[in-house]
Amino acid sequence: MSAEPNVRTLTINGEEISARSDQTILEAAREHNVGIPTLCHLEGLSEVGACRICLVEVKGARRLLPACVTQVAEGMEVTTHSPKIDRYRTMILELFFAERNHVCSVCVANGNCELQSLAATLGMTHVEMPYQYPQLPVDASHPRFTVDHNRCVLCTRCVRVCSEIEGANTWGVMGRGATSLVITDLKEPWGDSETCTSCGKCVQVCPTGALFEKSRAGTKVRKHPEFLPYLRIMREGDQP
Amino acid sequence: MSEIKTLATVWLDGCSGCHMSLLDMDERLIELSSQFQLVYSPLVDRKTFPDHVDVTLVEGAVASVDDLKKIRKIREHTRVLVSLGDCALTGNVSAMRNSCGVQPVLLRVYEQLVDLQPQVPTIGVPALLDRVCPVHEVVPVDVFVPGCPPSADTIYQVLSELLAGHVPTLAGIVHFG
Repeated sequence: MSAEPNVRTLTINGEEISARSDQTILEAAREHNVGIPTLCHLEGLSEVGACRICLVEVKGARRLLPACVTQVAEGMEVTTHSPKIDRYRTMILELFFAERNHVCSVCVANGNCELQSLAATLGMTHVEMPYQYPQLPVDASHPRFTVDHNRCVLCTRCVRVCSEIEGANTWGVMGRGATSLVITDLKEPWGDSETCTSCGKCVQVCPTGALFEKSRAGTKVRKHPEFLPYLRIMREGDQP
Repeated sequence: MSEIKTLATVWLDGCSGCHMSLLDMDERLIELSSQFQLVYSPLVDRKTFPDHVDVTLVEGAVASVDDLKKIRKIREHTRVLVSLGDCALTGNVSAMRNSCGVQPVLLRVYEQLVDLQPQVPTIGVPALLDRVCPVHEVVPVDVFVPGCPPSADTIYQVLSELLAGHVPTLAGIVHFG
């Protein structure tokens, strides 16, 4: 028998709610139908707090906190939407667009991209900071998949799914800051990777056009990240 | 916002797709055109930009010295400047050359890939800027309309709202690409 779950009472946007003590603000909010935008978060994967789109205000905290990696606490007062939060979220999105070459009109993920739809829903119509236009490689050495670093937002969903669900640990991150790259093995061409099982999970969870199936290039790429919670539940059932 | 009587449209470094989308408003153009005069556009014959225009729609990014000269003059003589489409807003395809630099692109297109008389054109064409910019990097912009191209419905909404004296709000309705 497990112990009685430890309940915490907090308010989200003034509404009093209860949550388990091990839940994050994001989990508690979604359970109560409060929408918080996210990008690096994906149900079925661990949380890393990489993108900061889910920033919320917590009374008493001196800075905005990422809802996906902040645990609930007794008496916490959370605000998920305010002019300040909206401004920060828009700014973060603008930084994503300015950092790499996200040319939606010619991207394989046009119309099926989480970055693109976030910009639309958050009302980001233009980027105030100067675009960086970095020169970034495209690796098409894998027979079925391509990685286009121009479209990568470094959310590390590919890294996490490869490690946590597939168990292959092919994907990793090299470098620091804006010059970081997701890499296969020790930065070998993806097609030469000895660890990659070609399962394609990384492609399905990628929120943008950074990872895509070759056969779909040039057409609309619909991805299917929704299989993850199912896989996770089935595997937990297998454990002795 | 005071009354809108005159409209201009300009075509900088873009593919004309936004202007095609403008024409794609079909019969709604007749309704709109009864409310203002189209005083300057690639679609009409006037050669110089008028002294005062209420609304100017800008298609395309700023890519050449000529674009730069034009957009500065247009801003000076326009009350409400509208960036129309992704090239004006983000640089889009026009700005893809920024990652490589202008000289390598010119050499590739006009010398390396050409069989007859390879030469980079310099006469009768404006010099390209080193870096293609979105319009708002060069002059202040009042209204931003994303899309590649923005749909006829979007353009109709923008013009209708401007005619009604509102600043159009497009959040959640339109997206890049």
